[in-house]
Amino acid sequence: MSNKETFGKTIGVVLAVCLVCSVIVAGSAVGLRDMQLANKAKDKQNNILAVAGLQTDKTNKEIFSSNIETRLVDLSSGNFAEGVDPEDYDQRKAAKDPQRSIKLNGKENIASIGRRANLATVYLVSNDQGKLQRVILPVHGAGLWSTMYAFVAVKTDGNTIAGITYYEQGETPGLGGEVENPRWVKLWPGKELFDAQGNPAIQVVKGDIAPDSKHKIDALSGATITSGGVQNTFTFWFGEQGFGPFLNKFRQGALTNG
Amino acid sequence: MAKSNEIKAILTSPIIGNNPITLQILGICSALAVTSKLENAVVMTAAVIFVTAFSNFFISTIRNYIPNSVRIIVQMAIIASLVIVVDQFLKAYAFSVSKQLSVYVGLIITNCIVMGRAEAFAMKNKPIASFMDGIGNGLGYGLILVLVGGFRELFGSGSLYGFVILPLTSNGGWYQSNGLLLLAPSAFFIVGGIIWAFRTIKPDQVEPKE
Repeated sequence: MSNKETFGKTIGVVLAVCLVCSVIVAGSAVGLRDMQLANKAKDKQNNILAVAGLQTDKTNKEIFSSNIETRLVDLSSGNFAEGVDPEDYDQRKAAKDPQRSIKLNGKENIASIGRRANLATVYLVSNDQGKLQRVILPVHGAGLWSTMYAFVAVKTDGNTIAGITYYEQGETPGLGGEVENPRWVKLWPGKELFDAQGNPAIQVVKGDIAPDSKHKIDALSGATITSGGVQNTFTFWFGEQGFGPFLNKFRQGALTNG
Repeated sequence: MAKSNEIKAILTSPIIGNNPITLQILGICSALAVTSKLENAVVMTAAVIFVTAFSNFFISTIRNYIPNSVRIIVQMAIIASLVIVVDQFLKAYAFSVSKQLSVYVGLIITNCIVMGRAEAFAMKNKPIASFMDGIGNGLGYGLILVLVGGFRELFGSGSLYGFVILPLTSNGGWYQSNGLLLLAPSAFFIVGGIIWAFRTIKPDQVEPKE
């Protein structure tokens, strides 16, 4: 039995085990990738529907073809962008491409995302009569461990939140991961994104909040950095570099027909 | 045949007689975390059975080649690979469950049962027997998980496997749900109750007084 304890044998066995294991792990990761991506896309759709607030018996697919219109917004001008197919547009890829994104320096980089794509995908939700109900905007920002991705549904006044949902995050389960907790998510509807001067006004704060407060949200206990990340995400995405110009035009009614 | 009896004993003894949770008191951590719903408990059970069975099998197959000085690392590498494979499969085929189980699938790696059976059984026995031992221990673990999960879901949220059994007052029914059962500590009480029941039925499981 002592012959298997030599230095060479030890290294050999460990290497062989590692090699076999890595092939199995890599194989399963690559082989199942397409299916996992399809699941992720479906999960994203479900999250859009969760904040869309539509009461209908239609299937997801029908809702997406008849009630939800996907558009691209040029963030700097605040206008809808033409010429790019929204279905093929990948905002995350675009954010990495210097041609299609801008670098956020120092003070501008509030949400710690580094680069921001020039175009953002938005979803316009209409009821069965074709009347616009909500605009769903994608936002993201750094939390403690991960980049947190969320959808914010805004009512047609361009100011009142109809709902939010965090659909992708890697925060600590039970602490920062509570951004997905339905009870916390329920605090958001009815809050207003902007103050009277049109500046981003959402505040994620600790402690008691007056029930009629229009801008304050109770922070997550035990998750100071994640809560700060949520704050930064909202400050950035509803400021000048984010959806500020778009929602400004939207409030003035310039885009309702576009 | 003595041999098939032996294998049968290896397979069935960990289910009640030598249950990893109630007698060996292993794997309590995940038993608390994933049992708020029956569905999670069932998926977790399947994942743990798969991992213990195959890690036992592979470790036993190469047990004569594993150098003693690095045996724990080799066991960990095999267990970790299997867990990643399970995690990938769940993400592909049971996305919503995998989202709910989140870190606990990954934490099967540190589940004491898997490591304990690899070290205590698979290193000394033949592959087939080890495989059966893995399934048996996974089943024993799963039995407790399903009991706890069923109890917590039924009395905590009034449903079983997502189907409403006891209509909740919040939805216009008559059953006032027990909020404690939705919190992890409640599993302690239930596991404790199950251990008490097992030891009452089988007094030989009671430890001698010191």
